[in-house]
Amino acid sequence: MSGSWQAARWVIERDLRLAFRNRGQLLHPLLFFVIVTTLFPLALTPEPSRLRDVAPAVLWVGALLSSLLAIEFLYREDAQDGTLEQFALSGRSLTWLLFAKTASHWLLAGLPLALMSPVVAYGLAVPPAAMPAIVAAVGLGTIALSLLGAVSAGLTIGVRRGGALLSLLTLPLAVPLLIFGAQATARAIEGGNMAAPMYFLGAFAVLGVTLAPLAAAAAVRISLE
Amino acid sequence: MDWTWLHRFGSPPHLYGLAGTLVPWLAWPAALAIAAGLYGGLVLAPPDYQQGDGFRIIYVHAPSAWLSLMAYTWMAVAAGIGLIWRMKVAHAVAASCAPVGAWFTVAALCTGMLWGKPMWGTYWAWDPRLTAELVLLFLYLGYLGLRSAIEDPQRADRASAVLAVVGVVNVPIVRYSVEWWNSIHQAPSVMKFGKPSISWPMLTPLLIMFVGFTLLFVALVLVRVRGEILRRERQARWVAEVVAV
Repeated sequence: MSGSWQAARWVIERDLRLAFRNRGQLLHPLLFFVIVTTLFPLALTPEPSRLRDVAPAVLWVGALLSSLLAIEFLYREDAQDGTLEQFALSGRSLTWLLFAKTASHWLLAGLPLALMSPVVAYGLAVPPAAMPAIVAAVGLGTIALSLLGAVSAGLTIGVRRGGALLSLLTLPLAVPLLIFGAQATARAIEGGNMAAPMYFLGAFAVLGVTLAPLAAAAAVRISLE
Repeated sequence: MDWTWLHRFGSPPHLYGLAGTLVPWLAWPAALAIAAGLYGGLVLAPPDYQQGDGFRIIYVHAPSAWLSLMAYTWMAVAAGIGLIWRMKVAHAVAASCAPVGAWFTVAALCTGMLWGKPMWGTYWAWDPRLTAELVLLFLYLGYLGLRSAIEDPQRADRASAVLAVVGVVNVPIVRYSVEWWNSIHQAPSVMKFGKPSISWPMLTPLLIMFVGFTLLFVALVLVRVRGEILRRERQARWVAEVVAV
C-alpha cells in the first residue's frame, strides 16, 4: 500500500516540478481566462448591473474553455516521451497513477483558476462578499472537470489536431457542471442559499473520482496499443 | 452455462447472413406499420381541441425522440460488449447505431421545432426536452468525430466504445440537470404539452408508429451492420465468395 502512495507522490512531485520549470504553459490558460472574460464588458456594456447579471455565465464559460486548453497538455508530453508507456508497464495500477496525474493537473490548472476567479468576478461587478463562495464553487467544479478531461484527453492521445475534437467530446459532457456551477455562482451573487447546486457539484466530483480514473486508464491503454 | 450461441453471434459471416435474412422481415412490417400509423394519425385521428391539426407532428416526433435515446443505449450496450468480450462484431453494431441514432435525433429536433413554431410562436425555445435532445446530438457527433479521427480501425472501435459507455452514464445526468436548470430560469410563457389523457383514436396510431419506427431502426442498423462487416472483413475469403455470388 505504502508503495502505491509513494508512486502517487512521485507522479505528483514530478508533474509539479516539470510545470514549474516551464511556467509559461502554466500561465497560458490563466491568461486566456482573464482575457476572454475581459472581452465581455467590452462587447456588452460597462454598466455594473448588467455585468453582474451575466457574471456567472461569463465566469463559467471562461473557466470551462480555459480548462479545455489546459487539458490538452495533460498527457501530451508524457505520451511523446514514453512516460505513459512506463506507467502502463510499471506494474502499478494505471488507474491509480492516472488519478495521481489528474490530481496534480487540478493543482496546476483547476486550483489557480479558482484562485483567479475573484479577480475576474470583481471585474464583472460582483460584490466582494460573494468571492469565497465563488472560489469554492469553481474549485469544486474544476475537480470534476479535470477528471472528465482526463478521460477525453486519454481518448484523443495521438490524434492529430486533437484540440477541436477534445472540445467536441468534453463540452457536451460538461453541461451539468456548467448548469450547477453557474447557478451556485448566481446564488452567491444574490446572497442566497447555494447549498443545493454545491451539493450537486460535490456529487459530480465524487462520481468523477470513483469512475473517471477507470475510464481514463482504459482510454490511455487503448491509445497506447 | 453454454455460451456457444454468443460466439455464433460473434462470427462475422453468421451475423452477416442472419442480418440479411432478418432485414426484409423487419423492413416490410415497418413500412406497413408506418403507413398504417400515418393514415391513422393524419386522417382518422380527430384534431386536438387546443392545438388543432398541429399536434399531428407528434406521430413522427415522439417515435424519433424515443429512438434517438434508444439508439444511444443500444450503441453503448454494443460498445460495452465489444470492450468486455473483445467482440469485433459488437463494435460493428455500435458503429452502425451511431449515424442512424444521430439522424433520428435530427428528426426529433426538426419536428420539435416545426411544432414549436405554431404552438410556442418560435422555432427554438430552451425547453428542457429540446435542449437535452440537442446535447444528445452533440454526444453523437463527438462519437462519430472520434471514430473518424482515429485511423487505426481497432483503436477507433475501442476508443469510441469507451466514449459511448462514459456518455451513457452522463445522458441521464444531462437530462435531469437540464430539467432542473429550466425549471428555474424558464419564463412561464411556454405552453406545456401537459401529459394529456390522450384519447384512443389519437393514441392507437401513435403506438403503431412507435412499433413501425423501432422496426425501421433495427432494419436500418442491420443493413449498415452488413456493410460494416463487409468493409471490415474485406480481406477474408468468405467475403469474396459472398460477393461473387
